Amino acid sequence: MIKLEHVSKAYSAGIPALNDVNLEIEEGEFVFVVGDSGSGKSTLIKLLLKELEPTEGVITINGRKLHTIGHRQVPRFRRNLGVVFQDFRLLKDRNVYDNIAFAQRVIGASVRESRKRVPQMLSMVGLAAKYKSYPKQLSGGEQQRVAIARALINQPKILLADEPTGNLDANNAWEIMKLLEEINERGTTVVVVTHNMEIVRVMNKRVITIKKGVIISDVNGEYDED
Amino acid sequence: MFSLASIATMSACIFLFGLFFAIVTNFQAMVKEAESGVAVTVFFQEGISNEQIEAIGKEIRQRAEVSDCKFLSAEEAWAEFKEEYFKGSEEAAAGFADDNPLANSASYAIYMNDVSMQPVLVDYLKGLEGVREVRHSATVANTLSDFNSLIGYISVGIILILFLVAIFLISNTVTTGIAVRRDEIGIMKLIGATDSFVRAPFIVEGILIGLIGASLPLVLLYLLYNKLIVYIEEKFNFLSNLISFVPAKGVFHTLVPVALILGVGIGFLGSRITIRKHLNV
Repeated sequence: MIKLEHVSKAYSAGIPALNDVNLEIEEGEFVFVVGDSGSGKSTLIKLLLKELEPTEGVITINGRKLHTIGHRQVPRFRRNLGVVFQDFRLLKDRNVYDNIAFAQRVIGASVRESRKRVPQMLSMVGLAAKYKSYPKQLSGGEQQRVAIARALINQPKILLADEPTGNLDANNAWEIMKLLEEINERGTTVVVVTHNMEIVRVMNKRVITIKKGVIISDVNGEYDED
Repeated sequence: MFSLASIATMSACIFLFGLFFAIVTNFQAMVKEAESGVAVTVFFQEGISNEQIEAIGKEIRQRAEVSDCKFLSAEEAWAEFKEEYFKGSEEAAAGFADDNPLANSASYAIYMNDVSMQPVLVDYLKGLEGVREVRHSATVANTLSDFNSLIGYISVGIILILFLVAIFLISNTVTTGIAVRRDEIGIMKLIGATDSFVRAPFIVEGILIGLIGASLPLVLLYLLYNKLIVYIEEKFNFLSNLISFVPAKGVFHTLVPVALILGVGIGFLGSRITIRKHLNV
């Protein structure tokens, strides 16, 4: 589903953010990507989203080599990926319903389709009663749920979450992780970039550790930080 | 807020353009009027037959630059001369009796569509067989022709300046809009919005600014123009003998579509150029 072959990415200064990374994530997997600040985790997410191009190597997602996707085809490619960020990135001037429906509008879905899908997503993330609320009226955990609903409404095969619990307290962080686990159990491949080692240990999933742009460990379950 | 400022400034630009257009249209109508009075006169060689004169006339009328060609016989020329120079002393003219002093002065008065073509026409006429003399006023033709060109150059210059100013203004509005909505644009792109989906609201905004910015001054100009003509004709009566204003319908028939296309075009171009510059989509 996701395959990186000898992928390197160097920024203008010449220091590699990622160096000869080889990685394979199968369909339906739940994977944590961990590492210190500046280790290259966010660069990895940006490469997967085709926000950045690798300096070297080949990235394949859903059977398509990303370097063969032209600028005009990028939007269609991104519709196969759901993305969630630490800072939620909701539209502040729109309510919960409109924030989620916005993702449908972007891909040209009909209003009728949105009216059917948005309530489904709202009940999945447990916010059916708050569809009229604006982001500032919601807690951090609730805002992240809206962001997850928005990321999933177009039924992507892969969900990329970049520090999804970074701005949340422990309780909300756990609720979000449980939600991501449920989403994974329904068949969506989930890749979570995080700092939260407690969550990583307890969740008992595959963990890829990056240090200075290099994968230093890739283990399944029972993650030991040392 | 910025959109309102853009509409206001765009309106000011289109208003100036409309004002200038109305003035130029009236000037051109006056020049055209003057041009229509400029004629080239052709006199014939002695002993030429009426058939030959008719043949020459037929040939002249076929030329593209000729709008009218009037024949003046020797008798008509003498009658006109008498009317002009012997008025009040007809007995002096009677001395000529049946002896027409202008017996050889039958002529064609040729009027043109475009006075700048006068030298070409004169050369052609001089080369015609049976033509004795071609009389024309190069100064009048040149002055009118130069004046027309000058109006043309000034028009192009002013339109160009207004065009650039308006594009700059629209560009500023769109740049501000992009800055304000940068987050939203970023989210759109990550969700998978196409380039055209991201651009569309800015392009529509630009076009609307152009459309509204062009419509408002057109209405204002229409009202002003009608009032101004009536005012000038009433207050400065002597002017109506010298100049005649083009009716509002004549000016706005062209001005409305031109100003609207200009407004929409500036709005479209301004927003599109800015999006390309500031937005990597």
